[in-house]
Amino acid sequence: MEDSDMTDAPAAPLGNEEEEQVTDLPTPQDATAGASTKLEDMFGDDSDDDDDEFSSSAPARPAASSQPDPQSAPAPSKPRYAEPDTLRQFYSRLFPFRPLFQWLNHSPTPQPDFQNREFAFVLPGGAYIRYQSFASADLFRKQCIQMTPERFEIGPQYSINPRDRKTLRKASAFRPVMKELVFDIDMTDYDPIRTCCSGAAICPKCWQFITMAIKVVDAALREDFGFQHILWVYSGRRGAHAWISDKRAREMDDTKRRALANYLVLVSGNEQGKKTGIKRPLHPHIDRSLKILNPYFQTDVLADQDPWHSAERAEKLLALLPDKTLTTALQKKWDSSPNRSSNQKWSDIDTVAEAGNLSATFTAKQLVEAKQDIRLEYTYPRLDAEVSKKLNHLLKSPFVVHPGTGRVCVPIDTRSLEDFDPFSVPTVTQLLQEIDAWDAEHVGMTEEDRAKVQDWQRTSLKPYVEYFRGYVAGLLKAESAAGKRGREEEGVAGSESMEF
Amino acid sequence: MLAVTSAPRIASNKRTVVDARRQQFAKTRHAPEEYPHRLNFYLVPPAGDIALEQFEEWAIARLKVLGELESCQFRNKTPAETDEHMKPVLDKYMRLSSNASRSGEVQDERKRDHYSHWTLRLAFSSTPDLRQRFARLETQLLKLRMASDDARERRAFIDSLSMSWETLSEEEKITWLDQLKAATNLKRDEEESWFKVAWEKVPELVERRQCLLKRGVAYVHVREQQTMVINEFSRQLETGLELAARNLPRMDEDNRLSPILHHLSQSFVAPDAGYSESSSIGDITTPTAAAIDGLSQHFPLCMQNLHRELRKNSHLKHFGRLQYTLFLKGIGLSLQECILFWRKSFKLIADDKFKSDYLYNIRHAYGDVGGDSNRRGRGYTPYSCQKLLTEPAPSAGQTHGCPYRTYNPDNLLSLLQSVGVSDRTLLQGVKEDVGKQRYHIACNRVFDYAHKAQIKKVKDEGLWSASELDLVLHPNAYFKRSFLLKNLGKVKAGDLGVDGAFGVSSGGAGEKMEE
Repeated sequence: MEDSDMTDAPAAPLGNEEEEQVTDLPTPQDATAGASTKLEDMFGDDSDDDDDEFSSSAPARPAASSQPDPQSAPAPSKPRYAEPDTLRQFYSRLFPFRPLFQWLNHSPTPQPDFQNREFAFVLPGGAYIRYQSFASADLFRKQCIQMTPERFEIGPQYSINPRDRKTLRKASAFRPVMKELVFDIDMTDYDPIRTCCSGAAICPKCWQFITMAIKVVDAALREDFGFQHILWVYSGRRGAHAWISDKRAREMDDTKRRALANYLVLVSGNEQGKKTGIKRPLHPHIDRSLKILNPYFQTDVLADQDPWHSAERAEKLLALLPDKTLTTALQKKWDSSPNRSSNQKWSDIDTVAEAGNLSATFTAKQLVEAKQDIRLEYTYPRLDAEVSKKLNHLLKSPFVVHPGTGRVCVPIDTRSLEDFDPFSVPTVTQLLQEIDAWDAEHVGMTEEDRAKVQDWQRTSLKPYVEYFRGYVAGLLKAESAAGKRGREEEGVAGSESMEF
Repeated sequence: MLAVTSAPRIASNKRTVVDARRQQFAKTRHAPEEYPHRLNFYLVPPAGDIALEQFEEWAIARLKVLGELESCQFRNKTPAETDEHMKPVLDKYMRLSSNASRSGEVQDERKRDHYSHWTLRLAFSSTPDLRQRFARLETQLLKLRMASDDARERRAFIDSLSMSWETLSEEEKITWLDQLKAATNLKRDEEESWFKVAWEKVPELVERRQCLLKRGVAYVHVREQQTMVINEFSRQLETGLELAARNLPRMDEDNRLSPILHHLSQSFVAPDAGYSESSSIGDITTPTAAAIDGLSQHFPLCMQNLHRELRKNSHLKHFGRLQYTLFLKGIGLSLQECILFWRKSFKLIADDKFKSDYLYNIRHAYGDVGGDSNRRGRGYTPYSCQKLLTEPAPSAGQTHGCPYRTYNPDNLLSLLQSVGVSDRTLLQGVKEDVGKQRYHIACNRVFDYAHKAQIKKVKDEGLWSASELDLVLHPNAYFKRSFLLKNLGKVKAGDLGVDGAFGVSSGGAGEKMEE
């Protein structure tokens, strides 16, 4: 769970001291007015509404000495990623606030989608402050730079501004109204079936499970539910999140979210072998998923994971086969020739069964079904479904830094899903070095030319930000088209009702 | 743009006219309601005039129906059993004829149905608890009626509802036939007919993967249509109840309706089979401590078991004692006789010990001692089946509770055999019921078997109405009914003497009484 960073705290106002303090902190405007010239320089182009949101801050950049030493690798005991200084630079120079704002706001100009939305900050000291909200992208950016949260989470849009929730006479008037549909896939749920790593660790072998999961879930969301705006995000360590921004998805209530999540859930991670009975004939969704997953089962599960190699692990496989005669025959075979690989054992099932080691009541069809069940158990996505079921669940924002690994939670381009390598995702320290390296390379450039290339464009974050901007542009386009249609319809209805 | 609602909130013909003086004597201006369908979604509140008596009577009749329906649920009746049980009840209190029946009463019946629904809606909107129960029961009632409706009329009713679904074209059907069949788990004998609806309308089907999804559209088999109608009804009723709750305070000013509504909602609060005074046989005869042995043949298994244990060990543990004492109190045994009964039964216990350890409990159960409220309430009420079935199971050495629940099946069968129930098919039935945790059904099965001849007689001769033969839900009701059935004729003739009757009805008991 550590990776997904969710809070299921009630939406009701929390009367906690610490939070009170933060709400009373000087607002970003005060801070700027508070005469730090450096900051004023940074935000000098606030009023500009063009796309140039990350104007190069090179002139006002703090002294290089404050940057982390490029040579020193972060000590595991005390990671450097969470240091306020690093984070401040990250937020002020690299974080794509404007696209993030547009993504959450669904329009270029601020509207309640963003303004009444809850953000929760996790501060370097470990304090957790909920119910932050911002009138604009710039105010949001200012507070991030000022408070340097280790990470922040995105919650729902509320019926009123979350900061004003205590002014309401009735607490029930404060309720969540809209949020992206979210999914969380976490590698820990795969611990019962992966052999390469466990817990927080991942390797390229087990990352394949996430790849499979993304494929299956993405296909279901697009084909079955007709969602188009799906953003997959690397969670920074060992999992992935999905954010679905379609209007229809955003406006779903808890019942619908639960229904959708349960539609997708087939195998749960915590109870090994406990599946909800898979009905026959297979539901088209399961059938399609199985077709997607079959090739992965051969290569990534049987060959790479080799899940039933040892004798005690092979017992798991036997436990999944419902026929006693068959399992006894297999057991005998594997006892006599140990060290058979999972691949061999898998084909042994058919060979032994064909040799007539089946109970009279157990048909070949049942064997096929049992094998399908096993394939599903070892490949089907294991979702942390609770995250998806609640409208007011908070989920870590894209592009924040994972405090444990320092990696940026970058979006995953599903068109080249197979190429995504979690180990090549840049860390925050690496990114800051890249800016310096670029600067050193381009010493000859004029100040004016340098200013044209924004900080994030000088780093390996560039392709991710570009992908995100493209994705958000698509979303905004669809949104404005729908908005226009909606207004027209409203206009028609309005003229009709004018009679009264 | 100003937000102007597209439809006026109150239809123009139902707007209140401001001039009260003229209004007072004016004729009602609404069109009389027409009910083209037997079923009703109750979307429009009634606007006609009815007498205050009708207002109450119709509501009470509906309440009776809902109460019966709820008790079916508490008894774990299967839909078929519920249907069977409810048929006479519905016919008696809320008959609704189909269009085909051509009965002249059709419109009146439907009007009653319509008005009583809205009366109860008002009465049960006050608390969330009542609202929820009312919505649940009304939904069940609709379900029940829908199932009994004529297929064509049901179709017409469903079509009359404005639900946004669209039947699948032949072309689409052919394209996705295999997927449709797989997704909706089509049985061989079911018709190949589906309809399309936005998936948000059928979240339960999506959740269970029982429909085909294509780009946000759910393809649902027609068999689900009824469920959807019913879900929609329940949804609309719930919002309607919320709305009624908000308007309820205005009713306070009306001193004619609010007492009726209050009374109606009160009578809905305790549905579970409570003990009723009429379960005592005190009005027929006066049971004495000495008569208990003889009467015990009429006891349900839970009490017979306690009685046998008591006779065997001359002792019962606390909860067994409590359960049995209350039962005896329920059959009409007076406190003095009850103390006498226990004193004699605990024959191994010295007087001093009995006085110090047991007497108080008996008196407390009768409300003879204890706090003010205990005394005013005349002690505890005899336990109902529901209580016996829901209390914690007895631990080793304890014998209270319902044996159908607490005994393992084999011990239960031998217990039944030892009290003289040995019919093989009956025992098989009991075993099945118990396996499905339908303990009270098992008990009623035994009752019906033991009183087969008498039940047939009262049914054939029309002595007892159907409602007097419904499921037994209280040990005392079991006793009373058994007692009456076994003494048929004598009760009416007034032949039941204090002791004599038992002597006649069971020879063995008479002898015991001499001791």
